[in-house]
Amino acid sequence: MMRFIRSAWVIARRDFTATVLSKSFIFFLIAPLLPLAFGGVFGSISARVTTRIARPVVAVIAPKADFDRLDRARTQLAEGISDDALVKIVSYSPEPDLAAQQRQLLASRDPPVRAVLSGDLDHPRIVGALAADDATIAQLKLLIATARAGKSETLIDIPVTASSDMSGSIVRDRELTAVFAQLFLFFITLLLAGMVLSQLIEEKSNKVIEVIAAAIPIDAMFVGKLIAMLSASVVGIVVWVSAGALFVELAKTGGVQSLPPPAVGWPAFLILGVIYFSTNYLLIGSVFMMIGSQATTSREVQTLSLPATFGQFFIFWLASKSIGAVDSPEGLAAAVFPLSSPMTMIARAAERPELWPHLVAILWQILWVAVILRAGASLFRKTVLKSGPRTRWRWRSARA
Amino acid sequence: MLRQAQHISQDNAVEAVDLVKDFGETRAVDGVSLAVPTGSIYGLLGPNGAGKTTVLRMLLGIIDPSSGSRCVLGRERPLDAAPEIGYLPEERGLYPAMHARDAIAFMGALRGLPLREARRRAETLLDEHSLGEWAKKPIRTLSKGMAQTVQLLGTIIHKPRLIVLDEPFSGLDAINQARLEELIRSEARAGATVIFSTHVIAHAERLCERIAIVAKGKVVFDGSVAEARGRLRPIVRLRTRAEDGPWRSAIPAGARREGSDLVFELPEGGPEPLLKALIDGGAGIEALSIERPGLHDAFVAIAGEAAAAAMARPGPVE
Repeated sequence: MMRFIRSAWVIARRDFTATVLSKSFIFFLIAPLLPLAFGGVFGSISARVTTRIARPVVAVIAPKADFDRLDRARTQLAEGISDDALVKIVSYSPEPDLAAQQRQLLASRDPPVRAVLSGDLDHPRIVGALAADDATIAQLKLLIATARAGKSETLIDIPVTASSDMSGSIVRDRELTAVFAQLFLFFITLLLAGMVLSQLIEEKSNKVIEVIAAAIPIDAMFVGKLIAMLSASVVGIVVWVSAGALFVELAKTGGVQSLPPPAVGWPAFLILGVIYFSTNYLLIGSVFMMIGSQATTSREVQTLSLPATFGQFFIFWLASKSIGAVDSPEGLAAAVFPLSSPMTMIARAAERPELWPHLVAILWQILWVAVILRAGASLFRKTVLKSGPRTRWRWRSARA
Repeated sequence: MLRQAQHISQDNAVEAVDLVKDFGETRAVDGVSLAVPTGSIYGLLGPNGAGKTTVLRMLLGIIDPSSGSRCVLGRERPLDAAPEIGYLPEERGLYPAMHARDAIAFMGALRGLPLREARRRAETLLDEHSLGEWAKKPIRTLSKGMAQTVQLLGTIIHKPRLIVLDEPFSGLDAINQARLEELIRSEARAGATVIFSTHVIAHAERLCERIAIVAKGKVVFDGSVAEARGRLRPIVRLRTRAEDGPWRSAIPAGARREGSDLVFELPEGGPEPLLKALIDGGAGIEALSIERPGLHDAFVAIAGEAAAAAMARPGPVE
């Protein structure tokens, strides 16, 4: 075992150094930022429209006169503050069962209701998941104060009752977090799996592979290569996440802290994110390594990697079925199928607070990493260094 | 005579019994058995495509045989002995961007040397081979000969007990071939067992104590160079003044004429009866030489004319 680890370490150290210290690594680091930058410029208009439509709202249960005063106050404040930055309010007529109406509104996803404001302007009450959203509470206080007196100086205290975390807006936010997390995992893995494939082909074309295969177990070489690329990608992720956080901090009111928290909380979500990124990369990367080991030329790699990439899209589609339906048959199937499991489970972490399913999923995924690596190494040894004429496909033999 | 390796012997660094390798419907190696004495220089001779590389890869554990067994440095699984083996593949491979010193050290690290020690030894080896000033230059800036030397140094950096070289002389100029021959001899003197494959008989003749001749996936001879030569009778080259006479009865039926010379195998009885018959029969001997057959002649006799002709021309990678 020690020899296996030492061998994998030798390969990982060489590959990591060669990757991170190469000039092309700079392009690797900035590559994901370029689409974001372009997206930021060209997508700003549509994003603004989307924001207007889908931004969480505060439902106001009040007589029409009170709501009109609030709405005028909002219009007045919007002259000084950007309309986009102000909390959006929607009027609802009071119903006999206020508690039931509040529950119904909080469960609404269209519009996504974050909180319900009720009571009159002198005794307002807020129900909703606003514990971590001081900015919205402060704006509501300002609105009410402005509506009451026409002046913003007379702020009053508003009692806030925390509601279930599963309000419509929270569900929607968590689904968005799940979508972004899946997208992140998918694209990064797509990029890295392609890179590890190219490296393997390069190694085969410069013939170093035979020296390595004669010296260490092929499994150790596979593991070493995957770990090297994983480590290099962690460097990339640190850069990308830091750049993203900096961007959010500078561009979004309230900065990083205003981002809607996933169900398991940010610390656990980030830890799980790193773990699922690793298992996802190891699973997909080892499949790509297995494919790469069968190819002898870059043309063959292109031919083989195309269906593999389509396969990745299928896996992504399967995992995306779990968003908003983690316990559905599709969601469970996506969580159990090894290749879609990491992306499905990161979505689950965004939407559901339980942690134990993640422990099970991680062990399951690690088991499959080992299985695929073994199979890949075995195939590699059987086919990649063979001498003599190439094995013909069966159908071709049959025709001949 | 083919030497069968029936059991593990401490006298042999490598033993293989009835190795077979099939690639799909093609049988690349067909029942190869051989035994390589510890400390010897052992040549694997054969034309391109004979199966030499496949045999070496099986002996090293790079690929598994379809059937048969092998034992390398006392271990059934060749990879278990990897830290004690050095291997130079036929298709040379180095990372183009890697520095010469690091490339050698990397190969040492693969064989279990700590990186720091591997770098130290790499620098020493490069200095010893007049490549010290290239130690920190990328491989891509080295000449082909230099790059091959770097890979060879990477093969021996960990002081292996067994060195396996697949077509080590190909691509080298005469000076570097001579250097390599000397390196092989010095490693053998230091106690290493050296196995190398070649399709150039002269190298095997100069270096090897034992050889195996491989043709069409089979070992058709395994033994010492002397034994291979001993398979042929000495060749007599005779020039006479008389065209005909009683002396002709002493000439074997298979004799051929090369210019004015008659060339034939020395008859069973040896040189004395032949000489007596020639003199008594009035041949009028102008010139007579008895030549010991070379390894090439032995190879032709053992592997056949076609295999010998194939040795001379380049072929596909095995």
